[in-house]
Amino acid sequence: MLQITGLTVKYGVGVHALQDASVDVPEGAVAAVIGGNGAGKSSLMRAISGTLGFHAGRVVEGSITYDGRNLAGLSPQKILRLGIAHVPEGRRILGEMTVLENLRAGGAIVRSTRKRVNALQEIMDRFPILAERRNQRAGLLSGGEQQILAIGRGLMSSPKVMLLDEPTLGLSPQMVERVADTIREVNASGVTVVVVEQNAAMALGVATDGHVIERGRVVLSDSAAALRDSPDVRRLFLGGDVDEGLGLDAAPASLATLTRWSA
Amino acid sequence: MLETLLQGLSSSSIYAVLALGFVVIYKGTKVVNLAHGSVMLLGVYVISLLAPRLGFWPGAVIGILVGAAGAVVIQFMTNAVRSKDHLVMTIMTIGINVMIAAELTHEIGDATVFTGDPWGNRSLSIGGSSFPVSRLMALIVGSVLIGVIFAIFRFTQFGVKLRASAVDAETSSLLGISQRSVSIWSWVIGGGLATVGGIFLAAFPANGLDSGSATLAMSAIPAIIIGGMDSAGGAVLGGLIVGCGEAVARRLIPELAPVLGDSFASVVPFILMLAVLLVRPSGLFGSKVVQRV
Repeated sequence: MLQITGLTVKYGVGVHALQDASVDVPEGAVAAVIGGNGAGKSSLMRAISGTLGFHAGRVVEGSITYDGRNLAGLSPQKILRLGIAHVPEGRRILGEMTVLENLRAGGAIVRSTRKRVNALQEIMDRFPILAERRNQRAGLLSGGEQQILAIGRGLMSSPKVMLLDEPTLGLSPQMVERVADTIREVNASGVTVVVVEQNAAMALGVATDGHVIERGRVVLSDSAAALRDSPDVRRLFLGGDVDEGLGLDAAPASLATLTRWSA
Repeated sequence: MLETLLQGLSSSSIYAVLALGFVVIYKGTKVVNLAHGSVMLLGVYVISLLAPRLGFWPGAVIGILVGAAGAVVIQFMTNAVRSKDHLVMTIMTIGINVMIAAELTHEIGDATVFTGDPWGNRSLSIGGSSFPVSRLMALIVGSVLIGVIFAIFRFTQFGVKLRASAVDAETSSLLGISQRSVSIWSWVIGGGLATVGGIFLAAFPANGLDSGSATLAMSAIPAIIIGGMDSAGGAVLGGLIVGCGEAVARRLIPELAPVLGDSFASVVPFILMLAVLLVRPSGLFGSKVVQRV
C-alpha cells in the first residue's frame, strides 16, 4: 500500500538524515519503525507527508508510492487528500484553541459539512474523554489526552493510512498503554498505521511488522514477532545490555552522523 | 462630557474596524498591510464614482468588493516574492502603497471624494448635546461588523483554519489547511473592512476624503499595537483606547495645556502606544513571540 524505496533525505548541505531506506507497508498493517534519537525516523515521516520543506529538508533520491501513485512533489494537503494523515512528533496540539476546534481543524479538507459533523461525532463516541472536554482549551489536557486528541484530529479526515510520530514521548507508563490500545483500535477500524517510536517495547507490542533504523539506514525489517525475539533487538531496544550498534550497519566513516536530529 | 464620550466611542468604532482589518490580514499571513490606507481610499474612490449613478448602497457594496479585490491583488504581489520572509512582504506593501497612492492622486487630483452617504450632516440631540447621525451609524455598523468578525473566527470552518494557521503553520498544513486560501480570504476581509472604515472616515463631521487621506488609516496602527497585532479582541480594545483617548485629549488639552496646540490630540494615540509598548511589548492581548534556538 505504502512503498518507500531507496529513500535518501538531506537537510541543508551534505547532512543525510536517511540513506537508501526502503520500507514496505502492506494494507491493514501496523508498521513499527524503531531506532534511537536521530536515527532518521521523523525524517521518514516528514518525507511521506510532504513536510520536509518546513525543516529545510528534501528528498534527494528514491521514491515513495502510495497505491501505486508517486508522492514526490505533492503538497501536504494533496497527500492528506489521498488518505495519509500525519500525527506529528510532540503532538502539536493547538493549545489556545478548544478540543472541539482542534478536531474541526483536523477536518479542514472535508468539504461537506455533514460528513465533517459525522466524523466529529464518531470521534467523540470513540474517545469519550474528548467529548467530555470538548470546550476546554486543548493546552489544558494532560500529555496523554493531548496525544489522543492529536490522533482524533488525524482521524477527522478519515485517512486510510496514519503516520504516528513518537506518540508515547514523555507519557506515563499508564498512558503509554492507553495510546497502545488506541493504536490497536484505530487499526482495527481499517486504518493502516505506521508508528515511529523510541519505545520499542510498545511499538513492537502493537505492530505486525517492524523496521529498525540506525543512523539513517534501515538495518532490519521483519515481522514484529520475529523482531521481538531477535537477540540483537532485545539487547539494543528492549532492556538488554547495550554495548555497541547492531553490527549490521557498518556505516562508512565519511557518513555524516546525525546526533539528536529528531529533537 | 457625554458628547465627548459619544464622539470617542464612534471614532473608536472606526479605528476598531480599520484595526480589525490589519489584524485579520496579520493573523492570516503574518504581513502588516502598510497599504491599508490606499486600499481604503481605493474603495472610497470607487464608491464616489458609482454612487451618483447607482445610489449609495449599491455603490458601497461594489466599493467594498473592489477594496477586497484590491487587497487580494496585493496579497498575490507579496506572495510572488521568492522570499517567504514576512518582513520582506510587509516592506513590500510600503512600495505597493506608494504605487496605489500615486495612481489615486493622479485620478483624484486635488478634488475631494464624497461617498454620497444618506446621513448627510444631520445630527441627533442626545442628552442635550448634538451627535451626527453618521457617527451613530459608524458606531452601529462598527459594532455589528466586530460581532460578525468574532462570530466568523469562532464558529466558521474558515475561522478555525485561520486561527490554526496563525499559531502553527506546519501543523496546519499537516491537517490539510491550505495556507493559500486562508491568505486570500483574510485579505478579502481586511480589504473590505478598510473600505467600510473609509466610508465613515469620509462621512460628516469630516468633509470627504482627499488624495492624502490614505494616511488616515495609519492612525489605526496605534490601536493594533496597543491591542496586540494578532488579537481581534485587542484590536477592538485598542480602537476604544485610541478613539476615547483622542476625544478626551481633544476636549481637555485646550483647557488644561493650551501650549500644546490644537492638533496635539492626534498625537495622543501614539503616546498611548509608546506607553503600552514600554510595559507590554506584544500589546495588551498579543501573543508573545517565543523563539526557540
